[in-house]
Amino acid sequence: MFKGGITKFRGIFLLMILSCVFFPSASSAETRIRCASTTSTQNSGLFDYILPIFEKKAGIKVDVVAVGTGAAIEIGKRGDADVVFVHAKEQELKAVQEGYFVNRHDVMYNDFVIIGPANDPLKIKAIKSATEAFKKIAESNYPFVSRGDKSGTHTKELSIWKKLVIEPEGHKWYLEVGQGMEKTQRIANEKRAYTLTDRGTWLATKDKDRLEMIIVLEGDPILFNQYGVMAVNPQKHKHVKYKEAMEFINWLISKEGQHTIASFKDKDRNQLFIPNAK
Amino acid sequence: MDSIIEGFKKAFILIFNLNTELLGIIFLSLKVSGSALLVSAVIGIPLSAILGLKKFPAKGFVISLMNTFMGLPPVVVGLFVYILLSRSGPLGFMGLLYTPSAMVIAQTILALPIVVSLCHSAIVGVDPIIKQASMTLGATPFQTTITIIKEARYGIMSGVIAAFGRVMAEVGAILIVGGNIAGYTRVVTTTIALETDKGNFELALALGIILLTISLLINVVLHFIQKKGMVK
Repeated sequence: MFKGGITKFRGIFLLMILSCVFFPSASSAETRIRCASTTSTQNSGLFDYILPIFEKKAGIKVDVVAVGTGAAIEIGKRGDADVVFVHAKEQELKAVQEGYFVNRHDVMYNDFVIIGPANDPLKIKAIKSATEAFKKIAESNYPFVSRGDKSGTHTKELSIWKKLVIEPEGHKWYLEVGQGMEKTQRIANEKRAYTLTDRGTWLATKDKDRLEMIIVLEGDPILFNQYGVMAVNPQKHKHVKYKEAMEFINWLISKEGQHTIASFKDKDRNQLFIPNAK
Repeated sequence: MDSIIEGFKKAFILIFNLNTELLGIIFLSLKVSGSALLVSAVIGIPLSAILGLKKFPAKGFVISLMNTFMGLPPVVVGLFVYILLSRSGPLGFMGLLYTPSAMVIAQTILALPIVVSLCHSAIVGVDPIIKQASMTLGATPFQTTITIIKEARYGIMSGVIAAFGRVMAEVGAILIVGGNIAGYTRVVTTTIALETDKGNFELALALGIILLTISLLINVVLHFIQKKGMVK
């Protein structure tokens, strides 16, 4: 009576063992570096376009961990990545000053835009200054969706509120969602609210997500969105692959890398990022 | 509604044109969750036997603790493992963060309490006569324990199946410790989360359907094995 049971029981274990064949180890012949970056670069498809070109040329595989800018910098500070590619210049420079990163370079930019319901109930379109537009939203108590996640976009948004000496947190009209850019846009769409977004994400997703929204304000210099890349300081974290990270950085700011970024287009042939490495 | 129908259509198309990328993602899911399940079974079943058969102080507390841990939020487990494995953490020297091994560790923590709790219930539920009979027949305590575990195999299997369901469906923990790196730590659930973020709802739904189908197949097989063991 028991004998059959035992073999069956062993059968289950065999089955489980079969399901866990050996893992590919990270330290195979191929060199890999880890790049902590933002959801905007990943979701726009930029990395899918430029990384294979770099990997083929340099023989270095770049593993991208896409999180918010705040988290990406934190991951780099802790030494859990080799290179960080984000868009919050002030935060980046501060982290460089603190000694966590070295060799920071401007790589490219796009710009932030304010989007809102297609009928633009607050007539923001008539305003040219982003600061004035934010002021109007706050004064009208009109719903505004904030990333609320310490991302580059969120940082930019907060800097505008700060300029106005307005503290939006806690107000009923101010919705902090703590999500990525695309989800935030969708929430703004559902709530018929205004929000700040980056042009790349907006262009890449507005049709796909069937957003009934329009750009209500663009072109204000304050909305400039600079992307930068920097290597984790090898003196802070001995294990980082500094040489390979620098190879990646140098390629990004090289003529070829800059040209590759410029040639990246979304499916509607819009150029999403403008290279501006010095 | 259109999206749901589109999702089913897309799922069929994906299944029939299985590309290597999708296959890789599915296999990694099975590998990670399978390994986590194996480790938690190897640790959990003996542990549940000790909990069920031995008397020791604070036993009740340990059982309550295990029952509570069945409801561990995956995100918290992910964060905990992240801090542990981070280069700036206590186990950072191992360089395990953002590897499949880190995902196995996180999922093992999630699966273990389920295995222990449910197996413990199964072992406690075994008729005491079995224990007395095997001892009367001259079995050593170890042999007695093995006999009881065998007797409880139906319930033990249920525990393992429940744990399997938990880890296959889990996304919060492995997203944090695996990093969802394409071709390396990207599994089915993290792909679903990513595609949802990107607004590819139909593709995300299709992947969900595929995941459920795989789980169903595995559960049917496990049930078959379980039932065969029972009938005899």
